[in-house]
Amino acid sequence: MTHLPQLALEDVGKSFTLHLRGGVRLPVLSGLSFTVRRGECVALGGPSGTGKSSVLRMVYGNYRCDEGAIKVRDEGEWVDVASATPRRIIALRRRAMGHVSQFLRVIPRIGALDLVAAAGRDSGLDFEAADARARELLGRLNLPARLWTLPPATFSGGEQQRVNIARGLIGNHPLLLLDEPTASLDARNRAAVIGLARQRRDSGCAVLGVFHDAEVRAALADREIDLGRFTRVVAAEAV
Amino acid sequence: MTNVPLLSVEGLTMRYGTRTGCADVSFDLHDGEVLAVVGESGSGKTTLLRLLAQELAPDAGRVRYRMRDGGVRDLATLDEAAQRLLARTEWGYIRQDATDGLRMSVSAGGNAGERLMAIGMRHYGQIRGAASDWLRRVEIDPARIDETPQSFSGGMRQRLQIARNLITEPRLVLMDEPTSGLDVSVQARLLDLVRGLVTELGLAIVIVTHDLAVARLLSHRMMVMRRGCVIETGLTDRVLDDPEAPYTQLLVSSVLAA
Ligand SMILES: Nc1ncnc2c1ncn2[C@@H]1O[C@H](COP(=O)(O)OP(=O)(O)OP(=O)(O)O)[C@@H](O)[C@H]1O
Ligand SMILES: Nc1ncnc2c1ncn2[C@@H]1O[C@H](COP(=O)(O)OP(=O)(O)OP(=O)(O)O)[C@@H](O)[C@H]1O
Ligand SMILES: [Mg+2]
Ligand SMILES: [Mg+2]
Repeated sequence: MTHLPQLALEDVGKSFTLHLRGGVRLPVLSGLSFTVRRGECVALGGPSGTGKSSVLRMVYGNYRCDEGAIKVRDEGEWVDVASATPRRIIALRRRAMGHVSQFLRVIPRIGALDLVAAAGRDSGLDFEAADARARELLGRLNLPARLWTLPPATFSGGEQQRVNIARGLIGNHPLLLLDEPTASLDARNRAAVIGLARQRRDSGCAVLGVFHDAEVRAALADREIDLGRFTRVVAAEAV
Repeated sequence: MTNVPLLSVEGLTMRYGTRTGCADVSFDLHDGEVLAVVGESGSGKTTLLRLLAQELAPDAGRVRYRMRDGGVRDLATLDEAAQRLLARTEWGYIRQDATDGLRMSVSAGGNAGERLMAIGMRHYGQIRGAASDWLRRVEIDPARIDETPQSFSGGMRQRLQIARNLITEPRLVLMDEPTSGLDVSVQARLLDLVRGLVTELGLAIVIVTHDLAVARLLSHRMMVMRRGCVIETGLTDRVLDDPEAPYTQLLVSSVLAA
């Protein structure tokens, strides 16, 4: 189970063309290749703006991948996210990959517990199992029980982030993408997140993450990839 | 779950004289998938829905549909009676203007029950029971079953349209701006209702909306139209977070946060 590659980036390149800014092309990355195996946690490093979040988003299919291939393993089959149909990517998200984005995007009027449980149902848990697992995760992440039925729109940054983490973790996917999961958390909750992520990694999950905090990085990452090396020309070129 | 799409649209093209209604539109839709169609006024969104519903005939292209028996049929080759039956049982069409989608002089119960009568249900009590059930599901007080929609608010009329269409448990629902013209709080309740029905019934939906937040909330995939053409298509969050076409970037940047 462990040590098998779960994610492989091959010669990935990305740039943004800003049509509302006169068509300026903003190069972000090129020639990025690496593999993440099951049971391994890889950190993406590099200064702000080097494309760490963009890489996670491309893997999740949230950003387009302009060049190269992003292969994710799904039940014995490799799927190239860069060329897969939306329907295939949705299936991958259900079964193969969880994503904890830097910020929570709430669904209006849905309570925190339901939000997390719904993510669990999406990835195949039945109603009871999803509910139980959501309660367990929110409990371990120390989200006060009085908040569970409330929509997270009015939560504090750290509370929202913990809901977001629970949503990303509930699916038990073999690939986990974490974007600054502890950015707005205090020491106790940081430790809770480290504990959960470690547990997933040690049970064979491949983890790819951005960890700003050196302590978190040291606690989780087996190795680091410095994206600075793959960053394209520093100045944006006008087209 | 089958891999054959429920709906398969190929090169759909229609002109109104010299004006383009819809140009070379192609897409597949699977069971349970929600496709949002966005684009400026006059871009061909309603034309597309009417072509799908066989209310307009295309100049080119075709629409294929997977029937309940699994067979795939080109809709244009079905005779009128077969098309009508499909429209009453398999599909729903929620109109932007509820007065086009309802019979305004017929009671709410009559509106909700009409499709059941059309497919041959004769037992008055059963039809009334089912109608009253659906009124409750769309949060209309069943006590108002004998009132006509004339006396209903905009939000209630849209919900009555939903009841009227869903009573035969269609597999495909076309929705044309179902929330436009409604107060924000009424919109919110309607969206919650639609969201719930989508998960509960596994409906495939093509929803036309100008509201990107509605597209984000309800749809899996998005199609951006301009001057009759599809200029961008993809996963909803991909189109909204990393829009490619100049027009899509403009659309996304003109709203605060979708
Ligand atoms: N949707 C977008 N449209 C246009 N440009 C974008 C978009 N998303 C990111 N960028 C640009 O791409 C570059 C990389 O951004 P990204 O968010 O990936 O950086 P990062 O390494 O995660 O930075 P940080 O450490 O600050 O989070 C930045 O210059 C950013 O402005
Ligand atoms: N019956 C008609 N006769 C002639 N032209 C028509 C007719 N219906 C629509 N058109 C034209 O076809 C084009 C597409 O119209 P359509 O109603 O499909 O646009 P739409 O995207 O639904 O716009 P809106 O967002 O305003 O509802 C427009 O240029 C419109 O003027
Ligand atoms: Mg970032
Ligand atoms: Mg229209």
